[in-house]
Amino acid sequence: MNVIPLGAFELSLASLLVLLLAFLSFRHRLEIERPLLIAALRTAIQLSLIGLVLNVVFSTVNFYLVVLIWSLMLAAAGWEVMSRQKVRVKGPARFLIGTSSMLVSSFSIMVLTLTLVIKVDPWYSPRYAIPILGMLLGNTMNGVALAMNTFSNLAWTRWQVIEQRLALGQTSVEAIEDIWRESVRTGLIPIINSMAAAGLVSLPGMMTGQILAGNTAGEAVRYQILIMFMISSGTGFGVILSLWLMRRKMFDARERLRLRESFYRVEPVGSKK
Amino acid sequence: MNGLRLENLSFLGRGPYTLAVEPGQVLGLHGVSGAGKSLLLRAVADLEPHDGRLWLGQTACNEISGPDWRRQVAYLPAESLWWHERVGQHFRALPEAAWLQQLGFTGEVMDWEVNRLSTGEKQRLAILRLLQNRPKALLLDEPTASLDQGSISKVENFILDYLKVHSAPAIWVSHDPAQLARVAARRIEIAVGGELRELT
Repeated sequence: MNVIPLGAFELSLASLLVLLLAFLSFRHRLEIERPLLIAALRTAIQLSLIGLVLNVVFSTVNFYLVVLIWSLMLAAAGWEVMSRQKVRVKGPARFLIGTSSMLVSSFSIMVLTLTLVIKVDPWYSPRYAIPILGMLLGNTMNGVALAMNTFSNLAWTRWQVIEQRLALGQTSVEAIEDIWRESVRTGLIPIINSMAAAGLVSLPGMMTGQILAGNTAGEAVRYQILIMFMISSGTGFGVILSLWLMRRKMFDARERLRLRESFYRVEPVGSKK
Repeated sequence: MNGLRLENLSFLGRGPYTLAVEPGQVLGLHGVSGAGKSLLLRAVADLEPHDGRLWLGQTACNEISGPDWRRQVAYLPAESLWWHERVGQHFRALPEAAWLQQLGFTGEVMDWEVNRLSTGEKQRLAILRLLQNRPKALLLDEPTASLDQGSISKVENFILDYLKVHSAPAIWVSHDPAQLARVAARRIEIAVGGELRELT
């Protein structure tokens, strides 16, 4: 494999573009320079650190170490899903609903793929197991966060309609069916769009990486198709599971709406002067 | 023949309320805004958690599911809401022609767009939508507040007919003492703290 090596000089050239964008934002008072620079810095630091960690992890095949890394990735994804919610469940469920849905969907799909499709030996080989879970979680996280946010937001604003439908004798499932449908759709549209555009508009990141690293295009394509199927099913199952858990929190055993009692609204942060 | 009974019903620090409405009878309820008239109706519709017992004839509220109870003990909120684009989508079947006519509509109304309805039309259609389930008891929260004088008596007669034909009890909330005198056999006033006082 003959990858052209990237050094500190080449990367700092690329960082100039980010600095230029930040300067533009500053001059025109777009007020996006701070978050932009912080995020760019985080990318550099987090990826460098994970690079060091992965070097160590890839050199050994230790099941417990892999499990530890999986758990950290999952917890980070769960935290991210929670912090993107404007209307959250009260109590630990605010973190657990998203996290457990991603655990069930992403983990089971990862294990299936590693054992039955790619057939790595041992199945938890870190060189496969960590990047694959990373890609799955990264996408599932977006879908679950979007769907959960849409679901709780719409229920919060349309609670009177939900109550009126309950008053007409509808079940909790019927009374919230439009919101449910809209939320599942919102969660799945990004991945459906990227499957539709794959190859025509975009060369997905992993495939580009493999080609740049010197793999044949055919090999890269087959892996990419596999990944896309895994991501879309993982996102779909994760979205449905998380909304199902959320709906159970919204209604009590008598199918009354308990929105104000079991959810709370986070005041939007930002807009600080 | 089902009466509606509240037995030590309490909720949100209010009550306990004990009262009974006989089959076919209307219990008029009035009181200043904020006294908790709607809250009481919501609790009887089992939309608000409560202690004590609710009975429809021999059926206790907690013996059947929440949606089953609410299909039989139907609550008409003061403001009607619509969530689909057209009127007909809110109805499981076309309402009988006689009902439509009594409330001043024809079958065409089912194709109308909801956001072109007037407040009064919405209210009359909401009553139709509620009675489609053939409820055994009614909880009416100012059913005629948004109607003009001509429609008020139409709607009053329509509801009273329904109650008579089905021997259904009703709790009728209204700000208008004259209306309660027309429709209700018994009248109760609810005070700001939530205490009930029978008027004679």
